[in-house]
Amino acid sequence: MFGYILRRVAYAIPIALGVSIIVFSLVHLSPGDPINAVIAADAPAEVAQRLKEAYGFDKPLPVQYGKWLLRAITGDLGVSIATGRAVAGEITSAAANTIMLAFFAGMLGFSIGAVLGGIAGYNQGSWIDKVATTMAITGVSVPHYWLGLVLVIVFAVELNMLPAMGMGPGGSRDWAWDVAHMRHLVLPMVTLSVIPMGIVTRTIRATVAEVLSNEFVQALRAKGLLERQVLGHIVKNAGPTCLAVMGLQFGYLLGGSILVETVFSWPGTGFLLNDAIFRRDIPVLQGVILILAMFFVLLNLMVDIAQTAIDPRMRRA
Amino acid sequence: MAKRLDRVLGRNVLGRLALTTVAAAALTMADLGGPASAQGTLRLGMTTTDIPLTVGQPDNGGEGYRWIGLTLYDGLINWDLSSADKASGLIPGLAESWSVDPNDPTKWVFKLRQGVKFHDGSPFNAEAVIWNMDRLFDDKAAHYDPRQVSLVNFRIPAYKSIRKIDDHTIEITTKSPDAFFPYQICYILHSSPAQWNKFKDWQKFATEPSGTGPWKLTTLVPRERAELVPNKDYWDPARRPKLDKLILLPIPEPSARTAAALSGQVDWIEGPAPDAVPRLKQQGFNIVANAYPHIWSYHISRLGDSPWNDLRVRKAANLAIDRKGLVELLGGYAAPALGHVDKADPWFGKPSFELKFDPDQAKKLLAEAGYGPAKPLKIKGMISASGSGQMQPLAMNEYIQQNLKDVGIQVEFAVVEWQSLLDRWRAGSASPQSQGAHFVNISYGTQDPYSAFARLLRSDLKAPTGVNWGEFSDPAMDELLKKAQLSFDAKSQTAALADIHTKMVDEALFIWAVHDVAPRAIHKKVKGFVQARNWFQDITGVYIQN
Repeated sequence: MFGYILRRVAYAIPIALGVSIIVFSLVHLSPGDPINAVIAADAPAEVAQRLKEAYGFDKPLPVQYGKWLLRAITGDLGVSIATGRAVAGEITSAAANTIMLAFFAGMLGFSIGAVLGGIAGYNQGSWIDKVATTMAITGVSVPHYWLGLVLVIVFAVELNMLPAMGMGPGGSRDWAWDVAHMRHLVLPMVTLSVIPMGIVTRTIRATVAEVLSNEFVQALRAKGLLERQVLGHIVKNAGPTCLAVMGLQFGYLLGGSILVETVFSWPGTGFLLNDAIFRRDIPVLQGVILILAMFFVLLNLMVDIAQTAIDPRMRRA
Repeated sequence: MAKRLDRVLGRNVLGRLALTTVAAAALTMADLGGPASAQGTLRLGMTTTDIPLTVGQPDNGGEGYRWIGLTLYDGLINWDLSSADKASGLIPGLAESWSVDPNDPTKWVFKLRQGVKFHDGSPFNAEAVIWNMDRLFDDKAAHYDPRQVSLVNFRIPAYKSIRKIDDHTIEITTKSPDAFFPYQICYILHSSPAQWNKFKDWQKFATEPSGTGPWKLTTLVPRERAELVPNKDYWDPARRPKLDKLILLPIPEPSARTAAALSGQVDWIEGPAPDAVPRLKQQGFNIVANAYPHIWSYHISRLGDSPWNDLRVRKAANLAIDRKGLVELLGGYAAPALGHVDKADPWFGKPSFELKFDPDQAKKLLAEAGYGPAKPLKIKGMISASGSGQMQPLAMNEYIQQNLKDVGIQVEFAVVEWQSLLDRWRAGSASPQSQGAHFVNISYGTQDPYSAFARLLRSDLKAPTGVNWGEFSDPAMDELLKKAQLSFDAKSQTAALADIHTKMVDEALFIWAVHDVAPRAIHKKVKGFVQARNWFQDITGVYIQN
């Protein structure tokens, strides 16, 4: 097992390197000059040139990449062109807010998805299966940006029950686990949970149905096991697939909440990324995308390890 | 099946579900009756994605100056933002008076206001002014800040040097005689040298900034909020803020901003979503708007083969635009342009060419120029789908495209991303980046003579040296601009600028559409706001009346 983990960690290194090259290239390929985006519209060319030199944008791209990578390895992701603040610090505070939102949205989506998917798979073809499947398809299909707006209109504007934006009365800095702050979590959490709910429902439904069709289930029942005990076997067999899907979905939640965070002005990495895109703030863009990609790589690694731990067949493979 | 379900999930499923729902509802409903905002706290939703830079020179353009720059800081010269009816002029700020040396008009003497203190208690004096200029112009100074340089130095092209005459008098020398200099110096905001010396770092200064302005910053949470309280020792007692607190919230998404207002999270939003205006009004918001120095126009190319080189074509295009319809398209929140500046502006002058909607006359002029149904005029323009000050560019451009088509001008748009459009604008019409476009749609601020006229019309400021994108060149216009720049008496300078504008309109040097009126939704409990005809606003007189 230890050898397997070491091997998987070793695989992650070239992946991370590849990701860093892609991130750097894509950011620099996008149109618009990063310096022109942050200086005043008709600032003279010499001012732009001076800033380019100050931020190292006058160097050839491979040189820029090399310098950036060396610094990134030591945890220094540079300084934002727009604000002058350290990118690592910006990402740390934003990532904490995103992880919190993703965690709760994940818990909500995965719980509902697991229950719905389990019931639907267990009762395939019944009305309850059809209801669960409809909910799952709706969850997967609905654009969460639009859903966020609708929820805001209904619960914040019309019913005035929940706040429309922000992270609480004093913002993220004064975050507390009290009602006044947690009310701000409800709408973005629900919005973000809908897609993973749908995907997890569908996956679990299909997996449970597949496991149920195996002969060993009939054998277990024939042996006279209680239905609860049979269910235990089903869960164990369906677990690795469901875990893999949940891990990937959690990765998407961490990286894919840019629209939801913008709609709710939630100060996470998505909001930071949105700001960085509009300002062509290349150091922030590179830093955020790299960290989000690394989250994904890390999550995949953790899921692989967890899968291996609960399913010895994978270790053998 | 129900039995099977019970076996799997246990009994009382519905009971548990109901309990969970009640608990969630309780969480949702709790705190609904929480305290309203404290009396005198104004929560303001800005359109920016972040709190503008707080170090002195703000970023985020006009909005940065409006809510951070001119709340925390002062210039030597300030804008008069007290009237909604007349164009803003310049008034004494940290300088009580200023004058140009009649024998050497490159030398300006500023008499500084005495007894003014920065928020940290340190005195404002001649040393502080010199320190602030060094921050921008002396790259050897320890506190030289390239970021602030990039934001403001282009606004003060005339500056050459500064010297102290005494503790409360300074002399600034310009590169050449320049009567526009007071308009340039008013953009330079003064930060506290003592506060910077405490940190020796602009980033740390940003979290605890110190200026001389009517507000002090107490809390800064990047991308989330800035909290400001009144500077009770502000040097101008008439401008000591009435509010207890001002909270600035960056909410870049228009629908999120509108929802924040409708759900009672903010009392004031900039740029409400146009389709939400009736609902905002219904919910107790006033939509406040006023013309300000802004023009939405087509900046035209004057390269050799440009069809705009024919005055008849330029006039025809201007006569083809139904500006009244355009204003209706914008929900009434725009003012039809009669020139580059608003008619109420003292620089408007007396142009004889009237920007009216007259398609018949437009067709006649085009026919005289050799265009007609058999030979339609084909024009290519660069536009953006969004951007600062661009209003609703796609809808507006499509409307104008139809207007122009009706008189026989076929317009093809190249829609490019906003920053990309700015890059092309800086590069100029002759640059390959502009791809042979005959016009570029970028809205302009016309707050000061340099921004309104000189940078766009001076032949020595052709792109990429300046932003005369169209490469317009006319020695007579250069002469007029020079005359205005050398008119040190306010009356003669206004007259010279009016002559420039008159010539500009009579020669139809742009295709003008509308002026923005900067709509903002302000809750009716917010009182005392006067929307000046300016990019900047003064909210020291604002208070909350519950």
